[in-house]
Amino acid sequence: MSLLPIFEWCETTVVGQTIRDSLWLFPVIEALHLVSFAVLGGTVLLVNLRILGTAIPSEPVARLARDTRPWQSGSLAAALASGSLLFLSEPRKLYYSGPFWVKMASLALAILFTFTVHRKLTLADEGQVGPLPRKLAALVSIALWSGVAWGGRWIGFSG
Amino acid sequence: MSLLPFCQWLSETRWSIALHESLWAYPLVESTHVWSLALFVGFTVLLDLRLLGLSMRLAPASEVVRRLRPWMIAGFCLMVATGLLLFYAIPVRTYQSIFFRSKVTLLALAGVNVWVFQTSVWRRVAEWDRDPVPPKGARLAGAASLLLWICIIFAGRLTAYNWFDCDRQPQAAIVNWAAGCVVESE
Repeated sequence: MSLLPIFEWCETTVVGQTIRDSLWLFPVIEALHLVSFAVLGGTVLLVNLRILGTAIPSEPVARLARDTRPWQSGSLAAALASGSLLFLSEPRKLYYSGPFWVKMASLALAILFTFTVHRKLTLADEGQVGPLPRKLAALVSIALWSGVAWGGRWIGFSG
Repeated sequence: MSLLPFCQWLSETRWSIALHESLWAYPLVESTHVWSLALFVGFTVLLDLRLLGLSMRLAPASEVVRRLRPWMIAGFCLMVATGLLLFYAIPVRTYQSIFFRSKVTLLALAGVNVWVFQTSVWRRVAEWDRDPVPPKGARLAGAASLLLWICIIFAGRLTAYNWFDCDRQPQAAIVNWAAGCVVESE
C-alpha cells in the first residue's frame, strides 16, 4: 500500500494551504523548529556525555536525566508540532525526498529508544546497571539523534 | 569603509566558487553548522536555565560552567568554522543580507552579555554558587542570553531568504541602507 494518497490529502488541508500561501509562515515555523531542535539536542547530548564520563560529575546520571527531562520532553513536543506543520505544507515534495525518510526512520527509532531502553538505563540506580550498557546506550542515542538532525537539514537540499 | 570589494574578490576565488557549486561539500558544511547548534546553543540554553534557576538547581553553578565550557568552546569553534565556510561560499549576497547583518550584531551583543556577566556577578559566584535560584544579575544575564540566541537562530535561518536582496529593486531606502546595497541613481 502506498502512502502517497495520504500525503496528497495532507497537502489539501487548510493548515497546509495557509502555510504554503504565506510568505513568512514557513520560515518562521522553520526557525522555531530549529530553536526546539537546539534545546532537545542540548539535553540529549548533556545526559549522554554525562553517562560517557564527562560533564558535571556531581550530578548523578539519574538526577541529571530527571532534571532535564521537562526540557527534553517540552522541546521534543515543540519540534514535533512545528515539524508537523512544515510537513503539512509540502507533503508531496517530502514523499519523494530520500533524506525525509532517513529522518523519519531515525526519529522513530530515536524516540522508541529514548523512552524505553535509554530511559530505563539512565533512571536506574548506579549499582543496578553496569557502566558498559549505559555507555553503549549513550552512543546509540547520540547516533540516532544526529541522524535526525542531518537528515532534517538535508531535506532542504534534495529535489 | 565597505567590505564589499573584499567580498567581491572573495567570491571570485577558486575555492569559493567550488564550494558554492559543490553537490556534497556545501550541504555537508551546512548540516554540520546545524548539528553543532545542539552542542553549542543547546548547552548555552541549559546554562542559561541554570542561571535562571530552572534546571540543575542542585549542581553548583560554577561546576556547571566549568564542566560545560570545554564542550561549548568546541561547539563554538565548529559553528564559527562552518559559519565562515558558509559565508565564504556566498560572500556578496550574505554580506548584503539584512538578516545576516542582524545576526552578526546579535552575536556581538551576546558576546557583550557574557563579558558583562563575567566581570560582574560571576566574580562573586562563591557567594551564590549553591543557590538553587541565582541572584538577579545572573538571572538577567541568563534571560538576555536565551533571548539573544533565539533571535540569532531566527536571523540565521532567515538569511536563506531573498526577500530584501539588493537585486530586488526598487526597495525602501532604509532597507538599501541597512543592507549596504549599491543603487544606481536615476
